[in-house]
Amino acid sequence: MLDHLPALQVIIPLISAPVCMLVTRASWAWLLATAVSIASFVMALLLAREVSVHGVLSYHLGGWVPPLGIEYRIDHLSAYVLIIVSATASITMLAARKSIEQEVSREKSGLFYSAYLLCLTGLLGIAATGDAFNIFVFLEISSLSSYALIAMGRDRRALTSAYQYLIMGTIGATFILIGVGLLYMLTGTLNILDLQQKIPGITGSRTLHAAFAFLTAGISLKLALFPLHLWLPNAYAYAPSMITVFLSATATKVSLYLLFRFFFGLFPPEVSFESFHLGRILLPLSIVAILTASFVAIFQDNIKRMLAYSSVAQIGYMTLGISLASKEGSIASMVYLLNHALIKGGLFLAMACIVFRINSVQLEDFAGLGRRMPWTMAAIVLLGLGLIGVPLTAGFISKWYVLSAAIEQGHWLGAVVVVGGSLLAILYIWKIIEQAYFRTPVKVALHTSAIREAPLAMLIPLWVLVAGNFYLGLNTSFSYNFASTAIHAIFP
Amino acid sequence: MDTSAGLILREVCKIIIPAVLLFALYVQFHGEYGPGGGFQAGVIFAAAVILYALVYGRHKAQRILPLATVRVYIAAGVLLYSGVGVATMLRGGTFLDYNVLLHSPQHAQHLGIFLIELGVGITVAAVMITIFYVLDEFCE
Repeated sequence: MLDHLPALQVIIPLISAPVCMLVTRASWAWLLATAVSIASFVMALLLAREVSVHGVLSYHLGGWVPPLGIEYRIDHLSAYVLIIVSATASITMLAARKSIEQEVSREKSGLFYSAYLLCLTGLLGIAATGDAFNIFVFLEISSLSSYALIAMGRDRRALTSAYQYLIMGTIGATFILIGVGLLYMLTGTLNILDLQQKIPGITGSRTLHAAFAFLTAGISLKLALFPLHLWLPNAYAYAPSMITVFLSATATKVSLYLLFRFFFGLFPPEVSFESFHLGRILLPLSIVAILTASFVAIFQDNIKRMLAYSSVAQIGYMTLGISLASKEGSIASMVYLLNHALIKGGLFLAMACIVFRINSVQLEDFAGLGRRMPWTMAAIVLLGLGLIGVPLTAGFISKWYVLSAAIEQGHWLGAVVVVGGSLLAILYIWKIIEQAYFRTPVKVALHTSAIREAPLAMLIPLWVLVAGNFYLGLNTSFSYNFASTAIHAIFP
Repeated sequence: MDTSAGLILREVCKIIIPAVLLFALYVQFHGEYGPGGGFQAGVIFAAAVILYALVYGRHKAQRILPLATVRVYIAAGVLLYSGVGVATMLRGGTFLDYNVLLHSPQHAQHLGIFLIELGVGITVAAVMITIFYVLDEFCE
């Protein structure tokens, strides 16, 4: 059974999706989705153990030997991403039942959980596969299902934002497909390991330049790298609360993994950064992303939109780490990926709790919530500290690594921007805290005692994330070792 | 949906639709030897159902193929496809390694591709029909 683990990791959510669709009772569909999420988390842990004991795992689909056949290839980096995605999925699903019952109509809930499982399949598949075309297929599975999931938001604007994401996401996916197609034309192979060996010999080719450009633009779109981030704020703001939690912690993170896989693996780093100067594109864009997105976040009145803009800024930090093209920078970026998934997932989960009780994420409705929902607000404050990067939190560690990696490479501008971005984060987090703790509610409706603390089923997963935020802030060797073994796979 | 389509239209459709359905099955089951396969066959099959619904009205079409039934077919196709994969795993091969399905690899490959293409065909046809039903209902 262990031999089949790389395939089962992807296939079990895939098979459960149609089953979920046929289930008529919402609670059963939830139960199945939760069980599958937890099972995939367990499989990801087992895979990580297998990889650390036996080295890279290779699984030949259909018995065809790579590079001809499709290969699932699990190395430390894949295992790292698989764990992050499946852990987020488990926590989201454990918290999701009541929130989804409230936000998604009963007759659609089977379809909802089915789309969620397909999205999970796609995200896990991207991390598991070792075939460039297969990556595109899984990317489409995860994207198409996430458009559907976003469109199920209660706000009517969810439809337009899903449509916007559909157009942008499809352009991104098409660019990636064109890039992969050009690579296939040049080399006659789709296997990433095989491509890696063939590409250094043909760096002079203009077609390779075109392929590289298409892949960079396509992945940047999926990653929501500034200035291709415009789909993200609306998609996150109007999606069902739990889907925002899930996507914010996984979708852009998996795209970041793709950036790693393509430009440190498929294209060897010396080709990406020396022949094609990827760093010169990523570095300025990351700096602008951190500054402008943080600045825009300050002026948002819809808190989910504020946090979404903050995500765009945080993606900037991660690409800043990558753009340094050093081992330390990449590790910093990987640690950031984990810590940010934890913090932002937690913050959006807290938003889900608030939506569950007051049905709004407008800043003005937060007045007095510090007293009405003390546990939720306390979690927001603690996770907010992590987002700013206060010492003892996970956010501090990840920013510290990016900072020291930038200084090590002599990028003083980058270092200044990392600190400046944190100062801007203080401003927008403070806006929430001030409103929740120091203002009395204006609207009469909010005075009623109907507003209570969120149910325990949502609070416990939220506080697990808060605890994780501090655990990773204190025990720094855990995430660092985890990330550096992952990076070792591509930076020997 | 307007059900008062002209006499000629209705009578011609009565002749065409069986032929379209038959052609869909030909494309489906001849996919290993010639151009075709599950995706194309599914679309052709769905086109026949959609033509019927266009001419005779969606409600008549749904009397034969209700939305709930079509939904089951969407799931069934995917389950057939992945079920073949799981069967190959249980018989000791890797996922979708058809060789282990039967004694001779030739027959096993034949059977494997036949089944998964059937799965593709069922899901594609069902999805196309569902899209038409839902859009038509939305437009009413």
